[in-house]
Amino acid sequence: MISRLSHVSIFVLNQESAYEFYVDKLGFRVHTDAPMGPDARWLTVTPPDQPDLEISLMQIAPGMMFTDESAEAMKKLVQAGTFGFGVFECVDIYATYEELKAKGVEFKKPPTKEFYAIEALFRDDSGNWFSLGQKE
Amino acid sequence: MDTEDYPRAYIYRQVVRAKLFIDERFAEDIDLAGIAGEAYYSRHHFLRLFKSMFGTTPQQYRGRVRIERAKRLLAAGWGVTEACFEVGFESPSTFSSTFRRVVGVAPSRYARDAALRDESIAREPLVHVPGCFSAKLAVAQKSNSE
Repeated sequence: MISRLSHVSIFVLNQESAYEFYVDKLGFRVHTDAPMGPDARWLTVTPPDQPDLEISLMQIAPGMMFTDESAEAMKKLVQAGTFGFGVFECVDIYATYEELKAKGVEFKKPPTKEFYAIEALFRDDSGNWFSLGQKE
Repeated sequence: MDTEDYPRAYIYRQVVRAKLFIDERFAEDIDLAGIAGEAYYSRHHFLRLFKSMFGTTPQQYRGRVRIERAKRLLAAGWGVTEACFEVGFESPSTFSSTFRRVVGVAPSRYARDAALRDESIAREPLVHVPGCFSAKLAVAQKSNSE
């Protein structure tokens, strides 16, 4: 019986820039940051209150999970904002919204009451979309 | 979006500004009552607002930022005493007891565990990566070395 999710991937255009976004802007903690040979880096971060969920920031590059062709295709899709990856929760969505805006995070939608939560929408530095949610 | 796009937006911006001030100046002996003044609130009102927005008091929040920063320094190879002063603690014993209470282990133990983990990763990186990712990494490394 499966009980929990421990690792999940987000595909990013540049790991260095993703590090700044997820750690310095979103405030995530670095779990593992290790070179895996000359061309790969295993970089995982965790949400501050969820230290056992590792989010792997996987660089879209030929050689690892991608061929030259599939890497190019994936980059275009991510940049175009094709993917929504999940919902991050927070204590107070208005405070979090203001803080992230002050740090330069791009929002597509300000906090808005929806059926399931108060929700805002933002994108990471690669183009991946996330909901920011606060349950009422 | 710079105007009142939701109720009390101005208040949120003021308190968030104070929180970002703590993020930036956490290692300094800043007067937290002074921050309330900068946000144009009485100390009591400011504390109430801060706690409702961030789930903790400014004092506790600054302590948390200091410990998180210390964890990063210790993992990067800093000594316990150097990390202690760098993040704003005045006494190594207070630092150690606070660190142990928050993190669950002493700072020296945390630093040692981090160093051992780094050594292990350097020696055998793939054993630290779950198979659904590491199989791909292994294939990539093999093809790169050919």
